[in-house]
Amino acid sequence: MTDLRHIRNFAIIAHIDHGKSTLADRLIQTCGGLDLREMRAQVLDSMDIERERGITIKAQTVRLAYKAKNGESYVLNLIDTPGHVDFAYEVSRSLAACEGSLLVVDASQGVEAQTLANVYQAIDAGHEIVPVLNKVDLPAAEPQRVREQIEEVIGLDASGAVEISAKTGLNIEGVLEALVERLPPPVGDADAPLKALLIDSWYDAYLGVITLVRVKDGVLKPGLKIRMMATGATHTLERVGVFTPKGVTVPELGPGEIGFLTAGIKTVADCKIGDTITEEKRLAAEPLPGFKPVQPVVFCGLFPTDAADFEKLRDSLAKLRLNDASFEFEPETSVALGFGYRCGFLGLLHLEIIQERLTREFDLDLIATAPSVVYHIHLTNGSMMMLHNPVDMPDPVRIDHMDEPWIKATILVPDDYLGSILALCEERRGIQKELTYAGKRAMVVYRLPLNEVVFDFYDRLKSVSRGYASFDYQLDGYEEGDLVLLNILVNGDPVDALAIVVHRANAERRGRALCERLKDLIPRQLFLIAIQAAIGGKVIARETVKALRKDVLAKCYGGDISRKRKLLDKQKEGRKRMRQYGKVEIPQSAFLAALKMGDE
Amino acid sequence: MSDSFAVYIHWPFCKSKCPYCDFNSHVRDTIDEARWRAALLAELDHAADTLAGRRIESVFFGGGTPSLMAPETAGALLDRLASRWGLDDKVEITLEANPTSVEASRFAGFRAAGINRASLGVQALDDASLRFLGRGHDNQQARAAVGLAARHFPRYSFDLIYARPGQDVDAWRSELRDGLAMAGDHLSVYQLTIETGTAFASAYARGDFVLPDEETQGALYETTQELLDEAGLPAYEISNHARPGGESRHNLVYWRYGDYLGLGPGAHGRLTRAEGKFATRNLRSPEAWLKAVEANGHGSEEELPLNADERRDEMLMMGLRLREGISRARFAGETGRDFETVLGSRLAPLIEGGFLTLDETVLRATDAGRQRLNAVLASLLA
Repeated sequence: MTDLRHIRNFAIIAHIDHGKSTLADRLIQTCGGLDLREMRAQVLDSMDIERERGITIKAQTVRLAYKAKNGESYVLNLIDTPGHVDFAYEVSRSLAACEGSLLVVDASQGVEAQTLANVYQAIDAGHEIVPVLNKVDLPAAEPQRVREQIEEVIGLDASGAVEISAKTGLNIEGVLEALVERLPPPVGDADAPLKALLIDSWYDAYLGVITLVRVKDGVLKPGLKIRMMATGATHTLERVGVFTPKGVTVPELGPGEIGFLTAGIKTVADCKIGDTITEEKRLAAEPLPGFKPVQPVVFCGLFPTDAADFEKLRDSLAKLRLNDASFEFEPETSVALGFGYRCGFLGLLHLEIIQERLTREFDLDLIATAPSVVYHIHLTNGSMMMLHNPVDMPDPVRIDHMDEPWIKATILVPDDYLGSILALCEERRGIQKELTYAGKRAMVVYRLPLNEVVFDFYDRLKSVSRGYASFDYQLDGYEEGDLVLLNILVNGDPVDALAIVVHRANAERRGRALCERLKDLIPRQLFLIAIQAAIGGKVIARETVKALRKDVLAKCYGGDISRKRKLLDKQKEGRKRMRQYGKVEIPQSAFLAALKMGDE
Repeated sequence: MSDSFAVYIHWPFCKSKCPYCDFNSHVRDTIDEARWRAALLAELDHAADTLAGRRIESVFFGGGTPSLMAPETAGALLDRLASRWGLDDKVEITLEANPTSVEASRFAGFRAAGINRASLGVQALDDASLRFLGRGHDNQQARAAVGLAARHFPRYSFDLIYARPGQDVDAWRSELRDGLAMAGDHLSVYQLTIETGTAFASAYARGDFVLPDEETQGALYETTQELLDEAGLPAYEISNHARPGGESRHNLVYWRYGDYLGLGPGAHGRLTRAEGKFATRNLRSPEAWLKAVEANGHGSEEELPLNADERRDEMLMMGLRLREGISRARFAGETGRDFETVLGSRLAPLIEGGFLTLDETVLRATDAGRQRLNAVLASLLA
């Protein structure tokens, strides 16, 4: 057990590419966690594991030993948190395990939106924040300007900012000294009933579930019978340890310490992030504050392009869930796309990560339907249902009203692009809350309906700002909306995979865009094809794919037969991916492309 | 098993390669014609052993440019066919020819050698289009060659290519009228298509030219049907038009899915033997074929048996190109089953849609169906 006064727990807050990982590596190296040779071997290895575990989803901790200039030896616990808004809750739990944060800002790039959201979270968590200006060795570095920006935009005193170059190792000492000097030591009582915060967990093929914890009160040691206060599950502690970054078992973990435990836990779903671990025999009076069960925010259908891959998709999803309890899936059947799964995610990035892992690691070729948010549908009979899938929308006569989730979005953008960004937000039913300038950059805060954001908002944001805008958001409650179910009909049959819930004011525009797009995607056939967008029985947009006027090989003689027959065979193969709509066959690729379409 | 068969003889050489052509044609500085003649005769002899006792329906010299052969080479081959199987006066013997003055000057020789039908690659009736198509003749030469062919051969046909860049319905109508004025009993009218691996494929991909859109292509096709119907040369196949009785018997063998023997580099064949129907394919490279024949007596690269599904597909692919359609009897003879059993529920929508007709004797693609035969086949054979 380490003396509380000699412990410092900290997180690193940084925008992507601002040097968080490089700084972490330097800190580990300076504190002798690994020698130079191991640095290469060890850190890379753990990155592989990290990748297996789901990249940005999981928190990681490293325990550093540092002998400070004051002559005392300190234990510094670094928590590396996922930095993305989709994992805001996970980040908040990581932050709750520390007393302070390093705010790493690129000295030429300045503050970005993602940094902002995280730093506000850290401030809310009561953190002491140490600004660190990285890459000061670069010619484009403007530490003074960035220091001012931190003060203006975030409102933090940046006079004591530590100027470093993580890449060259410049002034890493300065960072370590600041941690010791400026961060408060943790508080806690070793004799009080056990209270440990569950930070994160992952599945290890050899050890089972490994759980990261921060001890607040009491002591964790092997043999202890623990109880998860939210789930009520009990387990017997097998081992406790710390990462240096190698995993090392220790006899016990006391107050203020951060480390891991194993206790024969079968799946990560049993380890709720933010749960409080206590002792079965001596229960804590109340759990640590801030626990929330994880709720998926964005849903979409995932379907294998090749129907034969359905079981493979099921097994792959189950494997991923072993390690990431934050996404959900349940079987879904679509007329257009066949058998697949309706999956729930923490946000769009989370959706992308899972989709990419399914494609890359499990070699699946997938079609994803348009992301949908969770609507609260208040029925006329007084009950409320949560709508995850547009096709489950009840008959409008049974609906009293519908609520949709809103977000508070923060966008930082060079002022040249501000006009386009404002126009985009307005077009998406946004309500401006704030508009401030810091130098040549504007910070806008908008309230936006989430369903407008899940629909290609990032792409449009990037394109109208040429990639210069940074964006972050947090959920901001539910509000009633004038929402309708927009169906796309092909020769009168609704295409379930293309159904979306939209605001009435946008329905016509979206419906028209979808029809126009499909018109270009569906090849001409023997029969005319009518594509319609409809709300209930009312058609609001219509396009026609004209029947083929001519489609024939000009020349076909003896020698050609074999070749043409092979072409025909290929065509037959392709038709396995066609879906029948009345007399019309629609290539799956048309749905795929329609689902990927942009707004305009 | 039908006892007659057609003979296709491939002469793989051209003076120059036309940019739209993806046939097995090659340009060579010198050709040892005596050697080539001997090789073709040798391959013919080799085939004769397995096809003894059958009757020749037609002979076709294709290419490449077979009119570049010496008439004596054609004559030697025809003499050998006659000695092996017999060639009576009714056998259609066609020579593909380019309408250049050099080739036209040999028409008399070819006629004397036994050719009774000429098929000229006229392709267009204006000089700018002929240059675009990379042809070695001009409009004047083409007209002269057609005139000569009419004089020397009992029957003749020529090819035209439409849907060229910038061509509209009016321009095509007047060109086609122009062509009709000098037509014999047969005309082949093809749409310009871009084939992979050709010079046009790269030029088209680069955007050097654009083709008329699908609507215009459709209109050009319809114009062709209308004009040639009026002129008494209706389409008997998608791209082939004839006065009644003027149909190419050789090509009808292909479309009716009869047997044909392929001789020469890259030639294909369909031959029914005791074991069933085979697809044969010769070595494509002229030199490789020549060496193989000299070593083994034949230039065959493979002979594959065709299973029932493949025969069904090929028969439908070919037969529905013909206005006459496919008779129930021939279909049953080839596949052992009837249309309803083989095609099942796929027939009804195509019949209802007006693309096919089926009665007691024949399955036929309608005019609308033939114009969209790719899509019809795709629906029918999925």
